[in-house]
Amino acid sequence: MSNLYAYLTSEAPVSRGQARLAQAYRRWLALKANPLALVGLAIVVLLLLAAALAPVIATHDPLAQNLDQRLLAPSAKHWFGTDALGRDIFSRIVHGTRVTLVIVLLVVISVGPIGLLIGTVAGYFGGWVDRVLMRITDIFLAFPRLVLALAFVAVLGPGIENACIAIALTAWPPYARVARAETMVVRNSDYIAAVRLQGASNTRIVLKHIMPVCIPSLIVRTTLDMAGIILTAAGLGFLGLGAQPPMPEWGAMIANGREYIFDQWWVATFPGLAICLVALGFNLLGDGLRDVLDAR
Amino acid sequence: MASKQALSLAGTVGRELTTVAITLLGLLAVTFFIARVMPVDPVLAVVGDRAPADVYERARLELGLDKPLIVQFWIYLQKVFSGDFGKSVLTSNPVIEDIKRVFPATLELATLGTLIGISLGIPLGVLAATKQGRWPDHLARFIGLFGYSVPIFWLGLMGLLLFYAKLGWVSGPGRIGVAYQDFIEPITGVLLLDCALQGDWDAFRNALSHLILPSACLGLFSTAYISRMTRSFMIQELQQQYITTARVKGMSEARVIWRHGLRNAMVPLLTVIALSYANLLEGSVLTETVFAWPGLGRYITNSLLNADMSAVLGGTIVVGAIFVGINLLTDILARLVDPRAR
Repeated sequence: MSNLYAYLTSEAPVSRGQARLAQAYRRWLALKANPLALVGLAIVVLLLLAAALAPVIATHDPLAQNLDQRLLAPSAKHWFGTDALGRDIFSRIVHGTRVTLVIVLLVVISVGPIGLLIGTVAGYFGGWVDRVLMRITDIFLAFPRLVLALAFVAVLGPGIENACIAIALTAWPPYARVARAETMVVRNSDYIAAVRLQGASNTRIVLKHIMPVCIPSLIVRTTLDMAGIILTAAGLGFLGLGAQPPMPEWGAMIANGREYIFDQWWVATFPGLAICLVALGFNLLGDGLRDVLDAR
Repeated sequence: MASKQALSLAGTVGRELTTVAITLLGLLAVTFFIARVMPVDPVLAVVGDRAPADVYERARLELGLDKPLIVQFWIYLQKVFSGDFGKSVLTSNPVIEDIKRVFPATLELATLGTLIGISLGIPLGVLAATKQGRWPDHLARFIGLFGYSVPIFWLGLMGLLLFYAKLGWVSGPGRIGVAYQDFIEPITGVLLLDCALQGDWDAFRNALSHLILPSACLGLFSTAYISRMTRSFMIQELQQQYITTARVKGMSEARVIWRHGLRNAMVPLLTVIALSYANLLEGSVLTETVFAWPGLGRYITNSLLNADMSAVLGGTIVVGAIFVGINLLTDILARLVDPRAR
């Protein structure tokens, strides 16, 4: 143990791997000192666990309808009660973590690379390339996000994949901005000049030497953006434009509970609490990560 | 010298206007593109699906669908700038008329929401900045986190459950009680103003009790954003040397903070407030659905669910144009207020 500690905190790392591990360890120490960030991390881990073990944790089949048991209040058998079709709300929320994760992952893996590419290319080449790309970015940034997503879903048709595409189409501009700002900082630095003198091509410089530098701030941006993505997706689901029934999507579950809100409050209340909790987790973790990774 | 300054100001305003024009053109290009690739046949929307082939063909030519795309886009631009967004299939009115009718309701909601945000967010942010690590700071942080994490449509439902159904403090969905709605003449379209202009204070109270809950929901988001930004601007300002000078001169701490510090923090805050206002216009899409509020947001979603594309795109263009317009106004305002930004 003390060996490992000495290895991780060594002032003179002997290999690149050791240096990377040591840096990760220092960041972890900094994150550990922030209790709110740890709470956020715990919530996100809980979300991942719930998604991975959903069939084990859920007490009922999330899709099984049982009209004899509709709209039952929370009890020992149905922890969060049942909905209008007699489905167990707790089990649906647990399985809903999978839907939420799929949405978040689809959006992030499409938005991150697009934003990174546009931002680094604009920042590295400058001139008219920069002007054109940033003008396009500004146009998309000038749109109200939800309304534009609505218009896109109107064309593509409702559904979870189309909702993700619509969110991704409206979410990339801030990432491009962040990546561009980072690129502008490093593009005139000595190490880039050194690589260029060694004969590296522009493609290689952007891919190998500029993009990695932008990654930490993009991770922060992504984590902070997760809550927004989740809320937008839930909003689309609430309007009936996101995940389609019987998929247990939290926003759509709230929409189902809307008619019963005054008499059977639990139908809409618990999915909303789940959204709040997960969004809060990502916000807390994002704040913590920003302090750790964005020290510059 | 003054004329030179005015000239440079005019130059910057000119550049801003070009930017805005390009952005608006981009907005229209996107909506045009959406209108072209949508699965709904625009000809059928006009003539109905049982029209004979020659009527269909004539309508197609009238709509200019036989012309090249770029020409179609030009026609589209001319139409939009003359205020012609097409006809709504759902209401069979011109879309522009519909939007004129529903927009004041959204304006009312977003304005009151922003006023709530300003009146709570700025004092909270200032207190959080001056008492870092103490309870106002924690409260500001909590409201910030809560505002960024709660889905607004769920908050609205919970608000209705608690304050309308359980406590009976406010009125339920809708804009005004059925008993009043036929007696109020729409003068401005903003219901509170109309009631006040006609001196009908019962109706005014009723309208206010309908308005307060949805605008409080929007106000929470505005408060979260404004207080967070106020806090960070104030922390920056309070480190400046002029603050030390003011203290050394023996001014009271309250005067130093509220007169000197806040006044300078107000310049960047103007941008924040305008952005939050623009965001609330958009945030009203979900809020209006929950509260059955007859505004622009509900108009867009209703049209969307009925595949009424002209109405959806018209609404999108109006919201987008307001967004761009507010941004432009703020930029100009910030330059006028702060000589350093000119």
